Amino acid sequence: MSAVHALARTAATPTPVENNPVLNIAIFLAFVVVTLVIVFRASRNNRTAADYYAAGRSFTGPQNGIAISGDYLSAASFLGICGAIAVNGYDGFLYSIGFLVAWLVALLLVAELMRNTGRFTMADVLSFRLKQGPVRTAAAITTLVVCFFYLLAQMAGAGGLVALLLGISGPVNVGIVIAVVGILMIFYVLIGGMKGTTWVQIVKAVLLVGGAAVMTVWVLAINGFDLSALLQRAVDTFGASQKAQDAGVSGAAILAPGLQFGANPLDFVSLALALVLGTAGLPHVLMRFYTVPTAKEARRSVVWAIWIIGVFYLFTLVLGYGAAALVGPDAILAAPGGVNSAAPLLALQLGGPVLLGIISAVAFATILAVVAGLTITAATSFAHDIYANVLKRGTGASGSLDEVKVARRTVVVIGVVAIIGGIVAQGQNVAFLVALAFAVAASANLPTILFSLFWRRFTTRGAVWSMYAGLGSALILIVFSPAVSGGPTPMIAGVDFHWFPLSNPGIVSIPIGFLAAIVGTLTSRPTEDPALRDEMEVRSMTGYGAEKASGH
Amino acid sequence: MSDHPPAAGRETGFASVVRSERFTELKSRHRRFVFPLAVFFLIWYFLYVLLAAFARDLMATPVFGNVNLGLLLGLGQFVTTFAITMAYVAFANRRLDPVATEIREELERTGPNAAPEVRG
Repeated sequence: MSAVHALARTAATPTPVENNPVLNIAIFLAFVVVTLVIVFRASRNNRTAADYYAAGRSFTGPQNGIAISGDYLSAASFLGICGAIAVNGYDGFLYSIGFLVAWLVALLLVAELMRNTGRFTMADVLSFRLKQGPVRTAAAITTLVVCFFYLLAQMAGAGGLVALLLGISGPVNVGIVIAVVGILMIFYVLIGGMKGTTWVQIVKAVLLVGGAAVMTVWVLAINGFDLSALLQRAVDTFGASQKAQDAGVSGAAILAPGLQFGANPLDFVSLALALVLGTAGLPHVLMRFYTVPTAKEARRSVVWAIWIIGVFYLFTLVLGYGAAALVGPDAILAAPGGVNSAAPLLALQLGGPVLLGIISAVAFATILAVVAGLTITAATSFAHDIYANVLKRGTGASGSLDEVKVARRTVVVIGVVAIIGGIVAQGQNVAFLVALAFAVAASANLPTILFSLFWRRFTTRGAVWSMYAGLGSALILIVFSPAVSGGPTPMIAGVDFHWFPLSNPGIVSIPIGFLAAIVGTLTSRPTEDPALRDEMEVRSMTGYGAEKASGH
Repeated sequence: MSDHPPAAGRETGFASVVRSERFTELKSRHRRFVFPLAVFFLIWYFLYVLLAAFARDLMATPVFGNVNLGLLLGLGQFVTTFAITMAYVAFANRRLDPVATEIREELERTGPNAAPEVRG
C-alpha cells in the first residue's frame, strides 16, 4: 500500500519461518472434518427455499449474532488489521473503528425494518413497493458485484496465509491451494445451505474470538498488563527497523496517525466514509437478518454482533502492537504473505509451532466460512431475484424448489469465478480489497435501502438510477485509481492509466449514489402503488405479515 | 406472487393504519430517537476521522505514558458505540415494541381487509 511496502517486499527475500506444515495441516483437517459433520447434520432439514436460504428462520438472536460476527470478522479483520497495526501502527486501528461504528447504521436504521419486510434477499425489500423487474435486476447486480470484491479479498488472504503456513510459494502452488479452498467452500454451501453455513460461522467465530483472546492476554501478560509498556516496546522495535529508516520517521511514529495515510489524508477520509456506510449495505450481512424468526431477534443479533466485534477489535489493537513489538515490521514484511502474516507470526513467537498451527487453522477456517457466506448470498440473489422473479416472473417459481436448484448451480459457478479471481488477486492487502467492497456497497446499496425505508415519495427511477450510478461511479473510479495501475502496489504492473488520485472511491461515489436517488425521484412522477407503500410502512414498523420460523 | 396485484380491496386497510394516531405516534417515536442519534454518531465519527487525517500532531499528544490522545479518542469511539447500542435496545424494548405488537396483533385479528400473502 505504501512505497515502503513495495520496497521491503521486493528487497528482502522471504525468510523461511520455523514451522511444522504437517501439524498445521492436521489442525486444519480437524476443523474441516468437524464442520463437515455439522453441515451434514444441518442439511437433513433442508426441504424448502426458506430452509436453504434462510435456515428456516430458526436461529436465535444470540446464535445469529455470533454468526454475523463470524461473517464480519473476515480475514481482513484478523490478518489485515493486525498486520496494518503491526506495520503502520495507529493507521491500522482506524480500519477497525470504521468497521465497528458502521454497525450503528445497521442497528438503528436498517436491521429490523429489513427483517420485517423481506423474505430472502436485499432486493425483496428494495422492490417491495417499486417496479419488480428493474429494481430487482439492479439490486441483484450490485449484490453480485459486492460479493465478488469481498470474495476476491478472502481468496487473496487464503493464498497469503497458506504460503506462510505450508512454506509454499510461487503463484502456481498458491493457486492450487486457492482452488482447494474454493472447492471445499462449494461443497459446504451445496450441502449445508444457509443452516450449514451459519453453523460453520458460529464454530469459526468462537474459535477466532477465543484464539484472539488467548493471544491478547498472553501479550498483555508478557508486558505486565501495562498497555503503555507494550506500546514502548513497539516504539523501540519500530524505531530500530528498516521500515522506519526508509520512511525517515522515529519509533514514536507508530503511535500516531499518518504512517499509512500521511501522504494522502483525503484518501483516508474517503476510506472512512466507505467503511462506516458500507456495512449496512453488505448483502451477506443483510441476508443474515432473515435467519431469525422476528425483528426483535434481529435486533438482539445485531447487539450481540456489536459486542463481539467491538471486543475483537480491541484484541486486534493489542495483537497488532504486540506483533510490532515482539516480531517487528521488518520480519513481518519479509515473511511469505507479507503484511497479512503479522498475526500468525505473533502466534509463532508466543506459543511456537503449535500456536501458529492453531491460529493459522482458525484464520483459514475464517476465510472458508466467510467465503461460504458470500457464496450463498450471491447464489440466492441470482436464483431468487434474477431467475425466479425476473426471468420466470409470474410462473410461481419464486421460493420454489426449482429456484433452489438454480441457486445450487449458481454456487458452483460463483465458486469457480472466486477461484480464478483469487488467483489473480494474490498478494493484495486483504483489508484494502474489503474496503473496495464496502465502497461499492455504500454507493450502490445504502442510498436505495434508506430511501425505500424512510422516504415515502421514493420512486423506481430513483432506486434504479441510484444503484447504477453508485455502482458505475465506484467501479470506474476503482479502475482508474492508483490501486489498479500506477500506484506503489498496483494490481496491473507495468502500465499507468490512473487519473483518479484516491485508492478508495467512496468520497465521490457515495454522494453520487445518494444524489442520483434524489434526482431520479424528483424528476419522475410518483406512479408507484400507494397501497403498497402504506403496506410496506406498516409491515416494516410492526412486523405484520413477516415470515415466521418454519415448523421443523 | 412477484408482481403487484391490483390493490383494490386492501388499500383502505393499510392506509387507515398508516393514518391512525397510534401508528403515527410509533413512527415519530422511532424517528425522533434514531435520526438524532444517527446524526450524532456520524458527526462524532467524522470529527475523529478528520482529526486523525489532518491534526496528526494533536492526536500524537501523550496523555499518560505512551497512551496518546489519538488512542483515547479511538477508544472513545468504542465506548460511544457500545453506549448507543444499549440505549437503543432499552428504548426499543420499552417504547417501540409494545405499540408495534399492539398494532400487529390487532391487524392479525381483523386483517387489513383480507391481508395479502407475503411477497417475494
